[in-house]
Amino acid sequence: MTGLALKAITKQFGDFKAVDNVSLDVPQGTFVCLLGPSGCGKTTLLRMIAGLEEPSSGQVVVDGQDITATPTHKRDFGMVFQSLALFPHLNVGDNIAYPLRIRGASKAEQSARVDELLKLIHLPDFAKRPVAKLSGGQRQRVAIARALAISPRLFLLDEPLSALDAKLREAMQVELRQLQQQLGITTIVVTHDQREAMTMADLVVVMGEGRIRQAAPPVEIYRRPADSFVAGFIGSTNLLAVESDSIGRVTALGTALPDVAMVDGARTATLSVRPEDVQITVPGEGVLAGTVTFVRDLGGTIETFVDVSGTTIVAVTTPRERTDLAAGQTVGVRIPAQSAVVLKS
Amino acid sequence: MRREAPKSVADYAPLVFPGFMLVAFFVVPFGTMVAVSFFQRQQGGFYTPAFIFDNYERFLSAFFGGVLGFSIMLAVMVALVCVAIGFPFTWLISKASRRVQVVWLVALLSVLSLSEVIIGFAWSTLFSRTAGITNLLVWAGLMAEPRALFPGFGAVLAAMVYQALPYTVLILYPAIVRLDPTLTEAARTLGASPLRAFFNVVVPGLRNTIVATLIMVFVFALGAYLLPQILGRPQHWTLSVLITDQAIYQSNMPFAAAMAVFLVLMSLGMVGLTLLVGRKGEAA
Repeated sequence: MTGLALKAITKQFGDFKAVDNVSLDVPQGTFVCLLGPSGCGKTTLLRMIAGLEEPSSGQVVVDGQDITATPTHKRDFGMVFQSLALFPHLNVGDNIAYPLRIRGASKAEQSARVDELLKLIHLPDFAKRPVAKLSGGQRQRVAIARALAISPRLFLLDEPLSALDAKLREAMQVELRQLQQQLGITTIVVTHDQREAMTMADLVVVMGEGRIRQAAPPVEIYRRPADSFVAGFIGSTNLLAVESDSIGRVTALGTALPDVAMVDGARTATLSVRPEDVQITVPGEGVLAGTVTFVRDLGGTIETFVDVSGTTIVAVTTPRERTDLAAGQTVGVRIPAQSAVVLKS
Repeated sequence: MRREAPKSVADYAPLVFPGFMLVAFFVVPFGTMVAVSFFQRQQGGFYTPAFIFDNYERFLSAFFGGVLGFSIMLAVMVALVCVAIGFPFTWLISKASRRVQVVWLVALLSVLSLSEVIIGFAWSTLFSRTAGITNLLVWAGLMAEPRALFPGFGAVLAAMVYQALPYTVLILYPAIVRLDPTLTEAARTLGASPLRAFFNVVVPGLRNTIVATLIMVFVFALGAYLLPQILGRPQHWTLSVLITDQAIYQSNMPFAAAMAVFLVLMSLGMVGLTLLVGRKGEAA
């Protein structure tokens, strides 16, 4: 068995459970994003995988071998910290060569590997530069190269791109994903940015309050969120309270929605529908009647806010689809059954 | 915050008082001392204005050279021992909980409130044969019979380290606390054991602080006067002891002044040298 397995990991700080009974299987070569709001335990979980925190209970298994008690420096992992933690007293080359030097590699081996890595991160001839003279993106790459120097069994990154500006961050996301695919290394990234997770991950693990709320490929997380927490955290969504009426139909805001099925055995639930799936039509059968309250025309997309009996539903369309709505207009809101997800509430 | 450069004479007014104090209580006395160091000593106690180098020439004797060398060596040893003990100690404190940190720092600060005389006599008791720490060792069966540990070089060094250690920790503490803890964590994930991470990352990362602390403690210890007399033999007396001896007991002010000037120049020289070495290391 290869890859990483977390078995019922719990981390307790006093009375507070930072990580609560987390189990996860990560196949070899998978890119995993631990995603969640701050304080959800994702960084603590990563630090436990790295050995920087000790789990209160549970096991960390890598390649079939229980490493829960192995000290950090014997795990042969590569980790990139949020602060990057480049050693300020060493130049770029010495920073990257540090893990090799510790393992007693010869000078020639070290410099050969450093050159190879610098080429990989598109910074050739940077070996002699002081770390302080690098730009944010360059420091980022050096930190990545240093973590990859020993070809680690596991590549861990804690909010690696949070210090970069938006444009550079998007570029680095693509670059990091390509690098990971090129090396085929099992990678775990902690992030609170759902775009980042969607861009890079094979497997997105959404965490909330110390627990895994859903672990699935990005598109499935987006299309089939497991609960309203996941639906609300990934992208924007409309959450509506629904209930089944006397003849078994699902109703939202007093209107029956055709073809929408209730979750098993529940009377009430929450319905999630993405703004781009909401259709705006004329009022009629099976359609929620509402009033347009605001139209936000962003050029590329148009967001229409419709008030339906006190609840605001947002619809996103492209300008080609419709351009003639204005605030105050009465419209119908159609929620297509195939794109609506009914969640236990 | 950026301020305008002073333009008129009135803008310099706030400097008058500190300037006056500096001149009255530092420049004038120090200038007097420099002048006296060139004066001619009169047999019987006083001196007359002159411009002679006799007082400085006496340094060339083996005796004063030896005392000067010993003073510098002692100060260097105190500085090295203080940093060697104080640095790992402060680092360990900085890893402890807030409460433990406060208790340690308060305890260290309370050592500062002790006068040099009390420290000297306390250690002379601790190092004595009748009531000293060797009695504990005898009681524990580690030693055959109690023994006096003073007077001697070890006793002088121990007491001076004891006196200078709180300063060392107080200078190191802010810099060590500010050091990014993820640096050591990064070193550990890259394969360094905790001890190795300390020497590869923490020590070089704080090199400038360590150099500054060494200088501070060196200068502090160079002026040692009381402890070498209480705990040392005459060969462990420092230049400060000789200065006092010449000024007060031999009534040779010009020579005492010359030694004092020389001591100041030596301290400045050592500090300058250390900074120079530090700068070179940085450029490399």
